[in-house]
Amino acid sequence: MTTFHLYGACAVILVALAVHTLTTHRDLVRKVLALNVMGTGVFLLLVALAARGDAAGPPDPVPHALVLTGIVVAVSATGLALAVIRRVHALTGRSTLVEEEGLE
Amino acid sequence: MSQALAWPVIFPLAGGCATLLLGGRAGERGLRVLVATTWAAVFLSVAAVVVRVWTRGTLGHELGGWAAPLGIGLRADGLTAALLLATAVTSLGIGVYAPPSFRAPDEDAAARGSLGSTAGVRSWRPGASFWTLALFLWAALNALFLSADLFNVYVCLELLTLAAVAMVLLAGDRVALFASMRYLLAAFLGSMLFLLGVAFLYGVFDTLDLGLLRERMVAGTAAWTGIALVTGGLALKTALFPLHFWLPRAHASAPAPVSAALSALVVTGSYYLILRLWLQVFTPALTGPAAQAMGAMGAGAILWGSLQAIRQQHLKLMIAYSTVAQVGYLFILVPLVVAQEPGGGPPSWAFDAWSGGIYHAVSHAFAKAAMFMAAGSIVRALGHDRIVGISGIASHLPLSTYAFGLAGLTLIGLPPSGGFVAKWLLLTAALAGGQWWWAAVLLVGGILTAGYVFLVLGQELSQDPAGERPDFAPVPRVMEVATMALALCGFVMGIRAVEPLALLGIGSPIPGVTP
Repeated sequence: MTTFHLYGACAVILVALAVHTLTTHRDLVRKVLALNVMGTGVFLLLVALAARGDAAGPPDPVPHALVLTGIVVAVSATGLALAVIRRVHALTGRSTLVEEEGLE
Repeated sequence: MSQALAWPVIFPLAGGCATLLLGGRAGERGLRVLVATTWAAVFLSVAAVVVRVWTRGTLGHELGGWAAPLGIGLRADGLTAALLLATAVTSLGIGVYAPPSFRAPDEDAAARGSLGSTAGVRSWRPGASFWTLALFLWAALNALFLSADLFNVYVCLELLTLAAVAMVLLAGDRVALFASMRYLLAAFLGSMLFLLGVAFLYGVFDTLDLGLLRERMVAGTAAWTGIALVTGGLALKTALFPLHFWLPRAHASAPAPVSAALSALVVTGSYYLILRLWLQVFTPALTGPAAQAMGAMGAGAILWGSLQAIRQQHLKLMIAYSTVAQVGYLFILVPLVVAQEPGGGPPSWAFDAWSGGIYHAVSHAFAKAAMFMAAGSIVRALGHDRIVGISGIASHLPLSTYAFGLAGLTLIGLPPSGGFVAKWLLLTAALAGGQWWWAAVLLVGGILTAGYVFLVLGQELSQDPAGERPDFAPVPRVMEVATMALALCGFVMGIRAVEPLALLGIGSPIPGVTP
């Protein structure tokens, strides 16, 4: 088992945990946190890919660029999501979408 | 090498930033000049790209002079040119329609204001924010169509999604708020899956450039995992059945011009990417069953979406479910094109299927935008969108009713509409390829579409039995004219299909041309 496999396994576990939380919990803040954990898993995999080559050489720069851009995108999406959740909370006093049924 | 490829991205991006910075200070008139200038600039730059593709064939450009393995490339072929043009025309229609639609009549303003205050949401007029978001949306779409790099595409998709979610929020009411939250969560999950898939593909093939990826693509477990994740993420963003749960509410609750942009353009954006990747990049690794599964999801979307559309009580929800159904047609082409002849190589009917699918995407964009705009005018006139309550609207809004009818005929696929050409090409390909089950789905889908279109048209044209006419609020003429213009674009696309098909043939993947 190489270091790459260890990191890869961690990434898979993080993504699996995040998908589980995203699908089973109703709280919106928790869902957004789950998506960020999922992002961390993906970034971990990318960083592991970058260091996968021969240990002596420099790591591959392309995945690093992806991770940096990915973080910026994730932060923007999280910011928008949190703003929407605040609005939902101001409206309903809760941070879930369960009340939505019967609004028609 | 062509510098011209960057301008359709730079102009709307610059215009969007300018409206963001100056929006409050420029005043109504200044804003209008700024937006009109940007619109004209984007239009000219798109026209320049289309003309160059038409005269010189596929174009490429390396940003900053950095070549593919390290740099980020732009690329334009016939498909790109067609979608850039369709987006520009649809945006023009929506852009003309939007300003008067936001100037609500007094009673509308009062209703929305009271709803806002009781619900605790501040009501505001979209104004400058609409233009900022619309221009960002446009920049993201153009960049998506022009990108030749898997990661650049991811960034464009994100910009597209964030702008789209924020535009749903412009409605400012509670239903839209909940719908946009659901949309954002689905889209966020979709982008994470896409990025995970990109990581897998990069891990296997060591490149992000679409052309190099195509050259190195071979079947394998890791490649299939990557392809499945990328496709899953995109299917979630395209609202392909059964991942469509977020779409109807989000598209129905947004303001009318936003609904039009979402259903006509945003869906097409992520669909374009699936098409590009499946038919030009992943092809060597694809198998027949995977392609049939894509077609099956498309068929599911057509049947389920159409049946749901027939069941809806509200006009805008009906149109939104119709989008779910129409997205399905776009995926029927995948099993038809990916099928291999016994001797290897693409089958003779593949170009029909491929161009039919794209023809459908473009004519659907025009027709669906016109439908949502007509619905917006009806909502404005009546104050509600319950289908049973719209009888007699035809005498008040004849032009909108007519536009709705023409758009409906395009969706059903009656000649000479663009939808007819699309369905004809797809049917020909399905029968020529011996995959008759897709032809059956296409025909049943057409009948179901006729069902929900005529259900609404019948109501619009009928007179109230009591003879009473409700008070209709006035609808500005320019809104109706813009609606009609887009409906006509979709309808007349079928009259002359030679040039569009020739354009789509430029750099097309079908005779084995690599991207």
